[in-house]
Amino acid sequence: MIGITSFGGYIPRLRLSRKSVFQHIGWLNPATGAVSQGERSMCNWDEDSITMAVAAARDCLVGKDKGGVDGVYLASTTLPFSDRLGAGVVATALNLRDDIHTADITSSQRSGISALIAGLRAVKSGEGKNVLVAAAEKREARCGTNYEMLFGDGAASVLLGDEDVVAEFKGSYSVSHDFVDHYRGQNEQFDHTWEERWTRDEGYAKIAPQAIKGLMAKLGITMAEVDKLIFPCLFKREHAAIAKAVGATPDKVVDNLHEVCGETGSAHPLVMLVATLEAARPGERILVAGYGQGSEALYFQVTDRIQGLARRTGIHGSLANKEATDNYIKYLAFRSLIPTDLGGRAEVAHPTALSILWRDRKMILGLVGGKCQKCGTPQFPKADVCVNPECNAVYTQVDYEFAEEPAIVKTFTGDMLAASIDPPNIYGLIQFEAGGRFMADFTDCRLAEVKVGMPMRMTFRKHLDDKGRGFTGYFWKAAPRV
Amino acid sequence: MATGIRDKVVILGMGCTKFGERWEAGAEELMVEAFEEAMADAGIERNQIEAAWLGSAFVNYNLGRSAVPMSVSLRLPEIPVTRVENYCASGTESFRGACYAVASGAYDIALAMGVEKLKDTGYGGLPALGSMDGPKWMTASASTAPGGFAQLASAYAAKFGVPMEDLKRAIAHVSWKSHQNGTLNPKAHLRNAVSMEQILAAPIVAYPLGLFDCCGVSDGAACAVVTTPEIARSMGKQDLVAVKALQIAVTSGSEVGHNSWDGHHFVTAASCSKKAYKEAGITNPREELSMMEVHDCFSITELVTMEDLYISERGEAWKDALEGFYDRDGKVPCQIDGGLKCFGHPIGASGLRMMYEMYNQLLGRAGQRQLANPRFGLTHNLGGRPTENVCSVGIVGRYGE
Repeated sequence: MIGITSFGGYIPRLRLSRKSVFQHIGWLNPATGAVSQGERSMCNWDEDSITMAVAAARDCLVGKDKGGVDGVYLASTTLPFSDRLGAGVVATALNLRDDIHTADITSSQRSGISALIAGLRAVKSGEGKNVLVAAAEKREARCGTNYEMLFGDGAASVLLGDEDVVAEFKGSYSVSHDFVDHYRGQNEQFDHTWEERWTRDEGYAKIAPQAIKGLMAKLGITMAEVDKLIFPCLFKREHAAIAKAVGATPDKVVDNLHEVCGETGSAHPLVMLVATLEAARPGERILVAGYGQGSEALYFQVTDRIQGLARRTGIHGSLANKEATDNYIKYLAFRSLIPTDLGGRAEVAHPTALSILWRDRKMILGLVGGKCQKCGTPQFPKADVCVNPECNAVYTQVDYEFAEEPAIVKTFTGDMLAASIDPPNIYGLIQFEAGGRFMADFTDCRLAEVKVGMPMRMTFRKHLDDKGRGFTGYFWKAAPRV
Repeated sequence: MATGIRDKVVILGMGCTKFGERWEAGAEELMVEAFEEAMADAGIERNQIEAAWLGSAFVNYNLGRSAVPMSVSLRLPEIPVTRVENYCASGTESFRGACYAVASGAYDIALAMGVEKLKDTGYGGLPALGSMDGPKWMTASASTAPGGFAQLASAYAAKFGVPMEDLKRAIAHVSWKSHQNGTLNPKAHLRNAVSMEQILAAPIVAYPLGLFDCCGVSDGAACAVVTTPEIARSMGKQDLVAVKALQIAVTSGSEVGHNSWDGHHFVTAASCSKKAYKEAGITNPREELSMMEVHDCFSITELVTMEDLYISERGEAWKDALEGFYDRDGKVPCQIDGGLKCFGHPIGASGLRMMYEMYNQLLGRAGQRQLANPRFGLTHNLGGRPTENVCSVGIVGRYGE
């Protein structure tokens, strides 16, 4: 038996009220009022597709043996680098083994589901024992469009393998069409879209059922043998119509999370799948489809093992951990959709020394420090000479991972002078309960809630945007433990 | 057996520019200004200087690297000139270099200069650091000096259970006192008195520090000429100000990396001051020190430093401050010249500026702010951040006392 052995999800904590978007810019396109219900998820200023993928993958790996992971597929159409492997950053951040297969699967809204199929094929072939799939999306839309309302930011991750399977893979079916309802040219920030009526009637309505029906025919099943039907669709009415066309009653159709999150692009089928698995009971049969330049569908059956999975945050937990905002201008500023002035302090150049990034990759991307084998002191960074003043032993340290270690705030401030798009910049000394500390930026918190002794956990975030050289630097920050 | 520096070196002359926003002057001009005053005070010619040290912290917009800009600006005649940099202790490091040169017997007369030109960046606060300032940038938080030192307050309040409102009042008094003193100093950058209400109502720069908890950013230079007591006497000098102690302590990295420190004080200062008292022969600093110029880059820095100098008990400095113990008319006056807060903080010059005030007080030249019969004066610099820093402590007094 092969299939999903674990799963995790991540939705950014910030949720932008769609009503506030409409209040600010609905005058430009009053028709957007029709989709202005609820809220959409929105990345903090220090998040992107890679950081969200890391968050979802960490959630997925809770209680699992990281050392067993021998493949990583990262799916997204919004990776920060055109030529630097995103899956490589994710694997380093997770401090996975070096001798593994890593690849990015991109260029289509279907890439998340394609990565899932690629991962399952790798496991089925026996080439991969434990393949991690992560999908994340942070899409931009022009101000005042439906898409600005409809899109959300988020990520999901699944671990695939042939042991301790929680959802057995039964089969998949694919159709490919160069159907271009929208496209984003190379180096373009926004999509160019065709008329919605055509997209809906000639695209979704015809192509999605082709894959779903094709899969059922291939496996010799009917909708009676599907308990949950998952497929993202931007259009609410069409979502219901497609379900009807493939014979699914409304109770089987999984909600597309429009009201609470928005559509997370290539990650969305996996986001919906993970959300479904979080509440699934053994025996439940799930059909999940992705859409974009064709459609692909997969069929799973949940096993008893699902009850033995360790507790995780998941999509539901992420959705519950929210900070609602009606500050549309902040959304624009965080995404650099309006020019902002961060002062002269922000103009200092920060070229990244790539040779240092390579040499210190475990420290910078993996938050790996050292532990002195003589006195047992965990420390960051790892050093040749032990930091413990009572020890100072030389060459005694072995790698020590801090990323999952619980920490507390030891000292803190909220700095109005530091260049920040979200002042005050909050930072302080983070102390790990099992030993070790370092000065860290805080994120996803407000100054008023920060106290000395407050429990924190580490989170992988953007550390710098070197716009002059098009480079994104990553490091770890501290966020309140939820 | 090492015997330390006590009474081996005396100050022959000193100079200090007016600190402030010196838009009309570059670092080169500031150095000449301080130098001319020191030379006149010492009563020597430039060709009598045998070796010189320069302390400056920033490179950009300032003098650049090496000692060449100083040697050229002062037209020093092909003598050994050395630039030193050790964060905010750079001025004291320069002084230490000159003193050790004389004490070793290598030279008879040496010069120590400190200078900083900070007001050419185009924005307020200290120059922002970038990745060219070191590879730590890749993991360092986007912090500033106020944010670094502000954390002392959150840690101090937590450590001693002091309500933040009380701590805010205590550090407000620290700044209030320095502004009072600054009004009496013609060379000070800020010469205005401010009220406790103004201080407490000021906008926050880095929680919990408000605008008046932070020293300004100033341009300036200060300079000292040092020699041996014997040479000074042979030149006809009567009242000699002698160096009693000069100590530097640099972090081992334990504060930022080992869980043995609670973030509420300076590990380096606690160690540095102990060594300085020993070198100077001081056993009870609270009783024996007449005056201090300490590194009040931020009000909270000065407050906790009072404990690291063993003048206030641990957890008690905030009460001493509020009771006026460190005011100009208090038991141990601190920042008589206005301190970094009001005299200003051109980084490389600050250690020598502090020495300048001690020197003038000991010679009875401090004008309106002259203290009655001061004996020992202490200077203190703290460079870096509470987590990783350099501390310097200097003690001066009359020769032979």
